[in-house]
Amino acid sequence: MSIDQDVLKLPHDQIEQIQLDGIKKTAVRVYENVPFYKNSFDEARFNPYEINSLDDLSKAPFITKQDLRDNYPYKLFAVPMEDVLEIHMSSGTTGIATVGGYTKHDLDIWGECFGRGVTYADGGPKDIVHVCYGYGLFTGGLGAHYGGLCSGATTIPMSAGNTERQIRVLKEMGSTIICCTPSYAMHIADTAIEMGLDPAKDFHLRAGIHGAEPFSDNFRADLEKKLNYKVLDVYGLTECMGPGVAIECMEQTGLHLAEDHFYAEIIDPATGKNLPDGEWGELVLTSVDREAQPVIRYRTKDITRIIPGECACGRTHRRIDRLHGRTDDMMIIRGVNVFPSQIEDVMETFDDVSSWYQIELSTKNSLDVVTLKAEVNPGFDLDSVASIENLQNSIQAKLKTALAVGIKVKLVEPKSIPRSTGKAKRVIDLRKENEK
Amino acid sequence: MIDQITVFLENKEGRLLALCRCIGDAGVNMHAMTIAESADFGLVRIICDDPQKALEALNAADFRANKTKVVGIVVPNRPGGVADLLEILDDLNLNIEYGYCFSINNDEAADVFKIHGDAESAGAAFKLEEAGFKVLSQEDLA
Ligand SMILES: [Zn+2]
Repeated sequence: MSIDQDVLKLPHDQIEQIQLDGIKKTAVRVYENVPFYKNSFDEARFNPYEINSLDDLSKAPFITKQDLRDNYPYKLFAVPMEDVLEIHMSSGTTGIATVGGYTKHDLDIWGECFGRGVTYADGGPKDIVHVCYGYGLFTGGLGAHYGGLCSGATTIPMSAGNTERQIRVLKEMGSTIICCTPSYAMHIADTAIEMGLDPAKDFHLRAGIHGAEPFSDNFRADLEKKLNYKVLDVYGLTECMGPGVAIECMEQTGLHLAEDHFYAEIIDPATGKNLPDGEWGELVLTSVDREAQPVIRYRTKDITRIIPGECACGRTHRRIDRLHGRTDDMMIIRGVNVFPSQIEDVMETFDDVSSWYQIELSTKNSLDVVTLKAEVNPGFDLDSVASIENLQNSIQAKLKTALAVGIKVKLVEPKSIPRSTGKAKRVIDLRKENEK
Repeated sequence: MIDQITVFLENKEGRLLALCRCIGDAGVNMHAMTIAESADFGLVRIICDDPQKALEALNAADFRANKTKVVGIVVPNRPGGVADLLEILDDLNLNIEYGYCFSINNDEAADVFKIHGDAESAGAAFKLEEAGFKVLSQEDLA
C-alpha cells in the first residue's frame, strides 16, 4: 500500500469538483436512506437534488452530537448492516456514547487519511511506526494503525500502557514515528529520563503524530527537545471518522484537511452563519464520500479557522489552525466572541503570574464586565503598590490588543483560585445572577 | 538596615487576621505593621524580631510574601527631630518610595524608609550615622 501523493497537490478547483460531486451523491443517499436526514432536510426545505455548488450546502441544516445520540446506535447508517465492517464508539462523558460505523471503503479512506501524516513526516515504507494510542473502541489506536499500514511503514501495535516496555521498544527496535496522545509522549520521555536514558539520543524518532487532546506551543517545544523529533498535530473525531481529518505537515503552520474526503466550513457558533477564511469560529464538517455513516454539516464544537493562502510544503489541501478550544467554552463579551485559549496565549507570556487564572463575568449598568483573576508568582517584586498595578496594567493592555475587548485584571493570592481535580474552573458567569 | 516583610493580600474578609495569626503561631513578634492599599488589594508591611522565620511561615501557608531591605532610624524624642532627619535625606537627592513610623518603647520611636536602590540605601544609612542618628540593624530588633 502507499499514499497517493498526486491528490495532495491537485489544483484546488479540482479538489472542489471532487467535493461537489461527492457531496451531491452523499446528500441524496442520506436523504433516501436515513429518516433523520429526510426529516431535517424537509423541515429546513433543503432540496438535496439541487446542490449545484458548494455554497448551496450552506442552506442545509446542521447535525449535532445530540442528533447522533438521539439516533443511537445504528439509525444514522446509510448502508445495510451487512456492509458495515467495523464499529467504534466515543466515550460518552455525558451519558450515551456516539457510534461510528465503517464499510471496507470507509476503513480504506481512514487509513489513507491518517497515513498522509506519515507522508507529511517525510515517512514511508522504510519507517517504523510505533502506535501507542489505546487500541479498542477509541478511534486513536486503530486509526493510527490503519494509517501506518496504508503508508507502507512497518507498524508496531503497542497500544497504550506498560511504559517501560514502550521505552525498550523505542530504543531497541528503531521506531521512527510515534503516534499517541501528547501527554503520553511526555510521560514516555520523562520516564525514560528517570530511568537514566537520554531519549533525544537513545531513541530514533523523527516525528510524532499527536492528537486527541489539546497541547500548547510550549508543551510542543518541550516534547521536541526531550525526544529530538518533530511534533505533528492530528485532528479528528469519531463522529466523522476518527483521527486523520486534518494533520500538520513538517512546516507546522496548520493542519492540512483531507479535503478530498471532508468539506469544511467555519461558522459563527452564535448565529450559525458562515465566516470567511481567516476568521475564528466553529468547524463544520461534511463527508464527501463516506458510506456507512456520512454526516452533512456536522457541528464539531471545535474552534479553529481556515488559514488563508498556500502552505510552503506545496500541498494544496487547505489548512485549519490548531484548535482554540470548544464552543462550549466560548464567551460572548459585549458582542465579541472570546475563547479561553486566546486568554491563555496572552497569560503564557507573563512569567510573574501562574497558569491558574479565572474569568468572572458580571453585569454592571447592563454592560458586561469581565474580571480576570490571576495568581502572583513567587519571586515577583511586590514591594510597592505601583509594581503590582503596573503588572495588572500591562496584562490588561496585552489582553485588550489580543481580544479587542477590555478585561479588568486583578492579581490575587496564591492558591486562591479553586482547583478541582487539578483543573481550574476557568469561567464563572454571574451575568444571569446580576440581572435578578 | 533592617528586613521588612511585605505581604500581598486581597481585600477579602479575614485575610489580615489569618496573616497575623500565621506570624504569631510561628513565634514571631511584630514591632510594626502598616497597610498600603488599592481598591483591590493591600500590601502589608511588617517589621518583626525574626523576618526569616516569618517569611518561611508565610510561604508555607501560601501567602505571597517578600523580604525587603529598609532603613530604620531612631527618631530623637524632641521637637524637630524628624525634620532634622529628613533634611539630611533631602540633601542626598534620594528617591524615597515610602516611609512610616513605629514606637520602639515608651521613649523612642523609629522611622522606616524604603529608598530606591541598594547603594543609595546604604549611602543614606552611612550619612545618617555620620550625622549622629542611630540607624537600626536587625539585631536591635531581635
Ligand atoms: Zn504543508
